Amino acid sequence: MAEGDKALRASRGFVDAIPHNAALGFQVLEFKKAEVVFLLPYDAKLVGNPDTGVLHGGAITALLDACSGAAVFSALPALMPIATLDLRIDYNRGGDPGRDIKCRATCYKVTRNVAFTRAVAYHDDEADPIATSAGTFMLGTKQGGGR
Amino acid sequence: MTPLVERLAEAKRSGDIQGLFDIVPYSRFLGLSGRVDGDEIITTMKFAPHLIGNPALPALHGGTLGALLESSAIFELLWRAETIVLPKTITLTVDYLRSGAPVDTHARSIVTRHGRRVANVRVEAWQTDRATPVATAHAIFLVMRES
Repeated sequence: MAEGDKALRASRGFVDAIPHNAALGFQVLEFKKAEVVFLLPYDAKLVGNPDTGVLHGGAITALLDACSGAAVFSALPALMPIATLDLRIDYNRGGDPGRDIKCRATCYKVTRNVAFTRAVAYHDDEADPIATSAGTFMLGTKQGGGR
Repeated sequence: MTPLVERLAEAKRSGDIQGLFDIVPYSRFLGLSGRVDGDEIITTMKFAPHLIGNPALPALHGGTLGALLESSAIFELLWRAETIVLPKTITLTVDYLRSGAPVDTHARSIVTRHGRRVANVRVEAWQTDRATPVATAHAIFLVMRES
């Protein structure tokens, strides 16, 4: 098995082992060092406006947050606990009803204590984003959520 | 008026704040409820296993806290506005302050500015102790009527 396939297979734990990721139906499409692509399948239970069928911003928030966190894990040399410090999301446009949403997250910088991410949510074309985000993550947090 | 806006207006007229929440599928997915307490609207996300993001701690998924904060701000705007306009999120910035325990989480919003086109809202979320919030956010919404 190629290294990339192994990493992708291992990365499915991000969905299977995390109840909220599983509840949202996330799929891991790509898992490379410092770069991860997730898929959020369209689901009526995640709709924000029942008139239009557009997904709620909260589902996009969860997608950007989870995918950004996974990108941090993929960038770290060893598995360690991390915690989101902040996440800023720009909603660029509503998603199209009935269409799945992808998210590509990049961990573009890792320092001793903090990792920095960017992510974009889109249907097919990253140049036509639904939402974009910038995040910071604290590294090596204690079990119990200490900083 | 669209049916959604009509239903929201009806819920407001009858003082049925929970009715506002139940119209939105994603709010039901998260288990959100609302109540008016004095001059505040308290939004509560009832704990359920599918909200977990870290099974080891265990802790709530960051996306659920982000969605709770965003929803609180939207319901605040809907409840306070004289005519109902569906707020569209432009940006949401979440500060994660501590890990969310597997218990109910509450949120309240303050509209810091409501202009003709844009509204600025600050939100905080807490669990057992209101003085130690688990997450805060500020969000900016487009509040223009569709023409």
